[in-house]
Amino acid sequence: MANIISDETIEYVGILAKLELSDKEKEAAKKDMASMLNYIDKLNELDTTGVEPMSHVFPVQNVFREDVVVNGDDRENILKNAPGEKDGMFIVPKTVE
Amino acid sequence: MSLLDLTAVELSEKIKAGEATVQEAVKAVFTQIEAKEELLHCYVSLDKEGALKRAEAVQKRLKEGELTGPLVGVPVAVKDNLCTAGMLTTCSSKILGNFVPTFSAQAVEDLEAAGAVILGKTNMDEFAMGSTTETSAFGITRNPHNPEHVPGGSSGGSAAAVAAGECFFALGSDTGGSIRQPASFCGVVGMKPTYGRVSRYGLVAYGSSLDQIGPLTKDVRDCAAVLELISTYDKKDSTSVKREDTDFTSALQTDVEGMRIGITQDYLGEGLDQEVKEAVLAAAEVLKAKGAIVEEFDLSLVEYAIPAYYTIAAAEASSNLERFDGIKYGYRTENYEGLHHMYKKTRSEGFGEEVKRRIMLGSFVLSSGYYDAYYLKALRVKALIKKAFDEAFEKYDLILGPVAPTTAPKLGASLADPIKMYLGDIYTISVNLAGLPGMSIPCGKDTTGLPIGLQLIANCFEEKKLFRAAYTYEQAIGGFHIGKEVR
Repeated sequence: MANIISDETIEYVGILAKLELSDKEKEAAKKDMASMLNYIDKLNELDTTGVEPMSHVFPVQNVFREDVVVNGDDRENILKNAPGEKDGMFIVPKTVE
Repeated sequence: MSLLDLTAVELSEKIKAGEATVQEAVKAVFTQIEAKEELLHCYVSLDKEGALKRAEAVQKRLKEGELTGPLVGVPVAVKDNLCTAGMLTTCSSKILGNFVPTFSAQAVEDLEAAGAVILGKTNMDEFAMGSTTETSAFGITRNPHNPEHVPGGSSGGSAAAVAAGECFFALGSDTGGSIRQPASFCGVVGMKPTYGRVSRYGLVAYGSSLDQIGPLTKDVRDCAAVLELISTYDKKDSTSVKREDTDFTSALQTDVEGMRIGITQDYLGEGLDQEVKEAVLAAAEVLKAKGAIVEEFDLSLVEYAIPAYYTIAAAEASSNLERFDGIKYGYRTENYEGLHHMYKKTRSEGFGEEVKRRIMLGSFVLSSGYYDAYYLKALRVKALIKKAFDEAFEKYDLILGPVAPTTAPKLGASLADPIKMYLGDIYTISVNLAGLPGMSIPCGKDTTGLPIGLQLIANCFEEKKLFRAAYTYEQAIGGFHIGKEVR
């Protein structure tokens, strides 16, 4: 069955994906996503009843290690990458009104 | 004879024998880079000054007897999604356009510790999402064999740099074919190792359950030597697997007597270019003549690999790329109203079209109400695909087939129709879904002179079988001569 992506769905995806789309981009995204989903629907031809979802190909368990600091203080270099920096801290927009 | 004619291992031998210096090797490469780069644009950033300094330091350590390995003094190019301390790492994206990591990827550290010299960072599809290197935010890379054609992708810059002699070898990453396909299009050797073989620490994640770092080289020996160096167990990557069988160069034997090789009929059907098919089957005949037992078989499920892959890869990408928010590093939009608007505007301006397409698809398939129908369904299909490979490897040591349905397409011909572009990955992506090692080696050219790649696939952790068959083929045809003809 052909998928139709509604305006509400594309709004919702925009919120989840944290993307701001122009009206033109929204229309394109609706078309794009519908055609991708039509294609992905091919998977429904396969009966997967009783098949466990495989997230990892090897039977590995959680890998634990002691939580020890192994790296040094690299604050200066790390902050060099910050779009906004002041007194050794990141500048961010106001988050609490 | 030019130093550029040598393979990585040959160059290092010459340097260790005192017949050339590391600085001479770096200078020779930069002469080639300066001659070719304007046309080909393999690199996003180059560090000549730093490379010459590193060359001097390596030469000194060599003299003091600290360095003895097979790649001492060899100039290397690194894909721009591998972190390099103090050097720009952009993933060919505007959003990371000014990002300078404070640490290096484990694979990069391994190479530097062994005395390889980093030249610069190679161009790629933005965040490794693409098959042509045309989605880079910093311009396209051209195929050294014909500049009107793409080099493939996403490791297109790495493959083109090896083919054009702009480095002696390169690192790439492969999530759905991103090492093997550009290696095929540019006529070089490329390997995607078993998932977990090489630490992903410092590789900017795209699809974490599929990503794997690997070498692009001028011959099979170089490929084995590089993989041997970067196959280190790493506690910093929880999917890193501890293995003892990493002496890959020991598998460089011209012996495939009795090796069982299966040709997947599913890979030879509709959509496959006739010239590619003939070249691949001719390569199989070469291995057969050397004693391999070659037969055709049905792998099944091949047409389901692409929809399963794009669901899983997009889902993981949408999650992995959430970190790019304009707060701690990278691009931040100039004008905004409040925090959330800043996030959204930063990301919308910072990411390119293909990246946004996959983030949106991924967000959708992971969203409540669709998670089971799309994401879990894809993971179930992945389990079936893995089972199909398990059954195939009960009968065969290796699977042989093409890397891609065609040779390199013309520039600008692929991006208009995403699904058509995704179909070009049909022979490579199952390997990532099943975590297998796969290799691309040159096996001829089409009538227009574009390279054709042969793909060999082995069961998990059986890279040695790949090297043995690839080396046997390479020796039987008298070598690949990569880099010489293009220069």
